[in-house]
Order: sequence, then structure tokens, then C-alpha cells
Amino acid sequence: MTFSLTRKKTYSLRPNTFWLLAPAVLLLILWTQIPFVLTLYHSFRRFNLLNPERQGFVGLENFHSQLTDPIFWTAVQNTLVLVGSVLFVTVVLGLVLAVLFYQDFPGRPLARTLVISPFFVMPVVSALIWKNMLMHPVYGLFAWIAERLGREPIDWLAAYPMPSIVLMVAWQWTPFAMLLILTGLQSLSREQLEAAKIDGANAWQEFRFIIVPHLAQTLSVVVMLETIFLLTIFAEIYASTSGGPGLATTTLPYLIYLKAFGEYRIGVAAAGAVFAVILANIVAIFVLRMIGRNLQGGRA
Amino acid sequence: MRLWKLFALSLALGPLALAQTTITIATVNNPDMITMQKLTPEFEKANPGIKVNWVVLPENELRQKVTTDIATNAGSYDILTIGTYEAPIWGKNGWLVEISGLPASYDLEDIIKPVRAGLSYQGKLYALPFYAESSMLYYRKDLFAARNLTVPAQPTWTQAINWARTLHNPSAGVYGICLRGLPGWGENMAFLSTLVNTYGGRWFDENWRPQLTSPEWKRAIGQYVELVTKYGPPGVTGNGFTENLTLMAEGKCAMWIDATVAAGYLANPKTSKVADKIGFAKAPVATTPNGSHWLWSWALAIPKSSKKVEAAKTFITWATSKEYIALVGRTQGWVSAPPGTRYSTYANPEYQRAAAFAKTVLDSINTADPTKPTLKPVPYTGIQFVGIPEFQAIGTQVGQFIAGIVAGRTSLDAGLAQAQAATEKIMKEAGYLK
Repeated sequence: MTFSLTRKKTYSLRPNTFWLLAPAVLLLILWTQIPFVLTLYHSFRRFNLLNPERQGFVGLENFHSQLTDPIFWTAVQNTLVLVGSVLFVTVVLGLVLAVLFYQDFPGRPLARTLVISPFFVMPVVSALIWKNMLMHPVYGLFAWIAERLGREPIDWLAAYPMPSIVLMVAWQWTPFAMLLILTGLQSLSREQLEAAKIDGANAWQEFRFIIVPHLAQTLSVVVMLETIFLLTIFAEIYASTSGGPGLATTTLPYLIYLKAFGEYRIGVAAAGAVFAVILANIVAIFVLRMIGRNLQGGRA
Repeated sequence: MRLWKLFALSLALGPLALAQTTITIATVNNPDMITMQKLTPEFEKANPGIKVNWVVLPENELRQKVTTDIATNAGSYDILTIGTYEAPIWGKNGWLVEISGLPASYDLEDIIKPVRAGLSYQGKLYALPFYAESSMLYYRKDLFAARNLTVPAQPTWTQAINWARTLHNPSAGVYGICLRGLPGWGENMAFLSTLVNTYGGRWFDENWRPQLTSPEWKRAIGQYVELVTKYGPPGVTGNGFTENLTLMAEGKCAMWIDATVAAGYLANPKTSKVADKIGFAKAPVATTPNGSHWLWSWALAIPKSSKKVEAAKTFITWATSKEYIALVGRTQGWVSAPPGTRYSTYANPEYQRAAAFAKTVLDSINTADPTKPTLKPVPYTGIQFVGIPEFQAIGTQVGQFIAGIVAGRTSLDAGLAQAQAATEKIMKEAGYLK
């Protein structure tokens, strides 16, 4: 019912607004699609900035070169591992923190501000802080603590490169998840919780059967937004591990950067970018479907 | 449309209205270039018609900016700071203005020969050297003396390995040897190329077939991995030139093999805790002395896209002249004079007095021969790089694989096999291999 109503409404508006909207829409199309079309164009060309003599169309050679390159598949795998692990950590931690901050306790506003602050640190700055002040095996805080405890300091970025990056990124994004989940929690009626308490529910049952189902929509929005942002994570890797050691933290965005600005192979980089778009779309389809199901479930 | 024309006109007339030529210079944020920037008012005083505009960036960013600018003919800069890798390749591409018609007082014959050759392509000069460097061994005289060890002017790798083993004492905060581990063609691969060279290995054979799985490579890289993992500081894969310079200046390394340009910094009590304890020797050799130490120069060049070639030429002539070197010596102290470019600098008694390292540096630069980097013949020129456009891609990837070996993620054999496969792929795509 509601669906047909809104549709009718837009229909009646369309003749008036179309020409007014047209310039903006056109600009938006040009703005977003010209770079993409150029990327597509270059992905079919041999184009090495340093070698102007060998240029021209090579058909699918760039794509073939990427698909047969084991480095490329390692990068795809790393990207998925990074996004998946960060999502898991941020959602779990965000949920726990949100439930804690939902309670009343003295000094809550201050504590909340402190908890949110990592999100406002610029990614490069945060990466440099983690790399040099915390994880550095000679000067870092972790090394200092290890030495006080009489243990050998760990070279985090060499020994556990991917977990270290996950830790840095999760540190940044947990406040984001927590904020959204807290907003979702605040729309939960206290009466419902009280009623559950009167019925004899313990804290865990309250959490499992009232809070989590109530948060289903919020959680799926968190997952979707974070997936979009996390697929393009770059600064943390650039500033801390440079994709290494070996290929341990080379993700798809970092690989594209390497091809374009480390090796000046624009054609190959463009082919990689086209794959990144495809990958993002595949992930988006899955995530959107999951969210769609949850939203429908929420309405019913 | 009319607006566009007006905009274009104002752009075209802008410089005329000023009645002065402004040149834009892109350069690296190394200490010597910062000095050049500081001394610019002297240049502007002598040339009132020219105003200088600076763009100063870290090395990697500078390289990206300058390369994309020149390859796309964007023309944002009138003077570029480039190295011995870029100068011949870009000269060949026709991207740079040939340097000719210099005044007699400039004395081109005074420029150190290998440096001048490194900046030329087919006998034509495409850049003037601002400073030049080779690589050498830095060591702590006090630690060596305590163990009764003496360092000859030309050590061998067998000796260096023994010293590293003897002097490694992490509980006292001193590591046996510091070497580059940060991946990159200009970082770990610069050092590792010289190591492979002196062990008799080469990047390519005469038919451009990659040689990365050869016994020489295995011996050299195996030796390196053993050294840095057993006697090096932790976190080697994150240490490049700058990080090692800090470690050495803080007194945390017994030995370090790297660029000669670090000597001025390490011997200066203002910047180094061990200024009075630093010893200098040539880079160690193994099978052959050829290619055991590199040759590099930071130089100033003019891109074809510049519209102010004459003003730009005036500036680079000034910044690389004898007068400029004397100016730095007078105002900043002779230990800070730009090294490695002119015979006259090394003949100057004031410089000899201030810089104990002068002789080792000059010898290293003079004996580095980019046309004969190792024992066997090679189809390329360059000691710590291969002078082809594709080398940036190759060096960067191989550097990653070797960092992987150091971090223990792959074995030596597997890592080198991956590096070999990646190099073959690039060489095939570039048309060197069928």
C-alpha cells in the first residue's frame, strides 16, 4: 500500500522537477563516470609512464597479467581478511562498549568523549603513532613494557603484520560502530527491559533476546558502512608496513598504488582498479542482500 | 566561454605584469638541499631578474611528483632534482634540456668524471651534480679498539661477518651490524645490489635473462639474512637509510654500510652522539671489488616543458659552481660542503681539515664504475640499479620478497624463486624476453 502511494507521488512530481534536476544529475554523472571511463580506457592500453616508446592498445593483456599474477590473488585475499577481521572486532567491541555506555555511571559524558576520540585521529597519524610510539621494537611502549617484565620485545610489524594492521584499523573504527549501536540502543524502550526483568530474565537473557534483536537493523547498517570504508583502507598500510614484509599486508588498494606510483605501469594499475570495482560490487551485493533481509524482518 | 578566455589571458599576462621571471624548483628535503634553499637570497641578490620558488618534498614523494609531471608534460617545474638513474633514461626520452654552453669559469673538467658520466646519455650532459655519493663502511673505533680489532682501508666480507659476530652485544644496546631492510629499489635493493655484485652475481645475463636464482645471489642474500637476523637490531624490515642513520648516530650499531653522504652527519657533534668515535673504511668486498660500492648523485636538470630555460640554467650553474661550494664552506662550516662533485673541493686544504672522511669518499666515488658493476659482463649500466625504465618495478618487487625472507615468511629458495618469476614476467611484458 505504502509503496504504490509513494510511487504515485513521484510520478506527479516528475515533469516539473526533471529539468531542474538535470544539470545536477549530468554533473554528477560526469564527475563520477569520467574517471571510471578513463580507467577502463587505460586498462586496455600498455602505458608505462617511463617508457613512452612502447604504448598502444594491447587488448586484454593487462587483465591477463593481473589474473595470472600470484601477487594479485594474495592481495585480494589480504583485502578480504583485513575487512572481515576488522568488521568482526569492531562490531563485537562496539556492541560491548555500547551496552556499557548505555548504563548510567558518574563521568559518563567525559568517558564517552574519550572513547570516541580515536575516530577523529587522521589515519596516517594513527599509523605513525602505532608504528613508532607503541609497536617499535626499540623505542616503543610495548617493547618497554616487555623489557620491564623481563621478556624479549616483539617486532610487531614484522612478526604479526596483518594482526597489527587489524589492531590499528579496529582501534580507529570501534568508536564508529559503538556510536551507531549506542544510538540504536537509545531507541529501545526501558519499559521493555523492565518487563523482562519482572519476568525473571537475567542480564544475559536480556542481552540475547531483547537487545540483540532490537539492534539487528543498526548492526547491518554498521556492517554495510564499514565494509564500504574498509575496502579502501590505505593510509595505515602505507605508513606502517608498506605492504610487507613480503606480501603479508599488500591489499588491493595498496597493490594498485604500487603499480601506478611505484612502478608507473598505468595500464596494469587501471586493470587492477577495474577488478577492485568488481570486487566491491560483489561484496556490496552480499551485504545489501543481508541488510535487505534484516530490514524486511524488522518491519514485519 | 568569454570567461575562459579572460582567465587564460590573465594567466598569460600574469608573469609579464611582474616584469620578473619566477622559476619553480622541485627538490628533496635532505640537509644539503635545505642549505641551498637557505642560501637562495644570495642568488637573488646577484640575479635581480629571477625569483626562486621552492617545492621541497621527501624523496619518495618527490620522485612520484617529478616523474608524473615530466611524463605527462605538465610543466609545473622549471628545475627538477633527479638522480643518476633518471638522468640518462629521461635524456634518452627527450624529456630534458641538454646542458651546454656553460661559462668557462664553471670549469666542467673539475666535475668528478664518473659522476659526470652518470648524468650523461651518449656523451650529452643532461644534469649538473649538486652532490654525489658512494657507499662505505662506518664503524665504532672505540668498540673495535676494546677488542683489539683493526680495520684495514679495504676490508673483506669475511672480516665484516666476524666483526659483527664479535661485537654483537644487544644487552648493552649495541648491535653487531646495521643494514637496510626497508623494501624499495632505492632502499634495501640499493645496498643488496652492491652485495650481490661483490659476491660475483648480476641482475641479468647478456641476453637479459634474470639471474636471481643463481648461486651467487643465494650466497649473498643468504649471508645478508643471517647477518641482519642474528647480529642486526630488531625491526630490520622497517629500517631504511634514515632509520639506520639515527641508530648509528645514537650509538646502537657497531658497523653500518651505507651512503658516504652520511659521514658529514655522523662526524658532526651537533647531530651525532658518537661523532668522535666514528671510523671510515671502504665498503667490504667478497669475490670481486667491482660493484661493491655504489655511485649516486643528486643533480639538477631542466625539463623540456619549462618555459624559462635561461633563468633555470642560470640557477643550476650557480648552485653547482665552485663559488657556491665556497659559500657553503664559509657560512655553514666546511664539514657541510656539498661532497662528491668537484676535484677542487677535495684539493681544498680547509675541506681536508674539516672532513676526516674526504679521502675514503673520493676514492670510493672514483673507483665506482657503473659500466662494469660485477665480475661477469652485463647488458646494463648502473651499480645499485639497472639503468632501464622497468627497474623501479623490478627492484620494488624483489625488495618486498627479500623483506619476506628476512621476516621469516618464506625460505631463501622460495623467496628468490618468487622474485625471479616476478622479474621474468616484467621483462617479458616490456619486450626484453621473448
